[in-house]
Amino acid sequence: MNRMEDSDASVVTQVLAGDRDAYRILVERHSRAIFRLAFRMTGNEQDAEDVVQETLLRAYRRLNRFESRSTFSTWLYRIAVNCSVDFSRKRRHEDDRQVACEREADDPVLSVPSTDPSAERLMMSAEVREKVEATMNTLSEKERAAFVLRHFEGQSIEEIARALGVKANAAKNNIFRAVQKLRRALEPVVG
Amino acid sequence: MNHLSEEQLILFHYDEAEERGGLEGHLASCSLCRSRLEDLERDLELFRSSPVPERPEDYGQRVWMRLRPRLMEPPGSAWTWLFSPPRWVPAAALALLIVGAFLAGRFVGPGNPAPAPIPPQARERILLMAVGRHLERSQMVLVELANTESKGPVDISAERNIARDLVDENRLYRQTEARAGEAGVADVLDDLERVLIEIANGPSKISSTQLDEIQRRIEAKGIIFKIRVIGSQVQAREKSVARQSSGGTT
Repeated sequence: MNRMEDSDASVVTQVLAGDRDAYRILVERHSRAIFRLAFRMTGNEQDAEDVVQETLLRAYRRLNRFESRSTFSTWLYRIAVNCSVDFSRKRRHEDDRQVACEREADDPVLSVPSTDPSAERLMMSAEVREKVEATMNTLSEKERAAFVLRHFEGQSIEEIARALGVKANAAKNNIFRAVQKLRRALEPVVG
Repeated sequence: MNHLSEEQLILFHYDEAEERGGLEGHLASCSLCRSRLEDLERDLELFRSSPVPERPEDYGQRVWMRLRPRLMEPPGSAWTWLFSPPRWVPAAALALLIVGAFLAGRFVGPGNPAPAPIPPQARERILLMAVGRHLERSQMVLVELANTESKGPVDISAERNIARDLVDENRLYRQTEARAGEAGVADVLDDLERVLIEIANGPSKISSTQLDEIQRRIEAKGIIFKIRVIGSQVQAREKSVARQSSGGTT
């Protein structure tokens, strides 16, 4: 059987049975998605890279706690959200001036390779883009996580609730608050 | 039917509305709500179009190459990394420094010259670093327990062992902070100590009901949040002391 066709759950079983290298399948399968989520959560490329490493390491070490009643990716997202929150907090503690300089030099929005730039991307003015980034930073950790998981990752309310360790209604409310805050902040820019 | 609320529109947009048919019917007949939905979708599209840096095709392989050397322990050895040398060397060095200074002061004989005392700022910084590290480790234990999901029995022996270590440390730091007049930090350490004692004195294998109970207590006390807050404060204090020290020596 081709290993790449194995389900996540069966790969987990192989790893737990002692086949450490089987974990590679899960790493290769999920790294990009974790990076996307981590970048949306932290807003920082280097932090997102670190979150990818830390998430996969934590997941490996807790693999015996994974229960197949949730999907592996949902479980992994939950770990990634927690790691992202930790990294964001550490980032906030750093010297403000130093962070500002780094961001200016390595603006994640401006440094994106635009091999296939969408019309929306081109139309997005610098002012709106700046506002979007700044507004994302004003959301609480749960609001940001809930919004990122729903809006960018397309996860259901139920999956988000599991990832955040809250009830479905709380997940819903976090999404409402996030969308409302983001819209209010954009009002002066988009009219 | 009344006009749709913003919350209903958000749920409709994300395809999460329970009464979707009813909302669709209203939207078909209400130009105001249709227009509000279009505004919402336009706003949200602005966020969707903020890009994420691309990763190369072989990104997963690269991640694996970096990660593999770190997978030395079999899965499930969740806590070995807390005790790995790189993390413990600074703490051990600090402990040696404190103990060394204490012994030097205690055993200086009349014929021996007294060693130079540790400046107060350096002492404070050492304490703050140690407290910061203690809070970080405590937080990891609690987060691990708070995030564990289980329907059956759970083995928490690793967390219990660490909690046992942390209880004594915690008591020492709590008393030191209280003596230093840092009542806020001392109070949080007091809350933390109760939770740690409960984990340390509990069984190593617990039922899902017992796990729920621990999680409920952790959540009810808001202990993880408090630890993060005072962790930040301790870190800020430590940086401030470091700046003062370096300012004083230049």
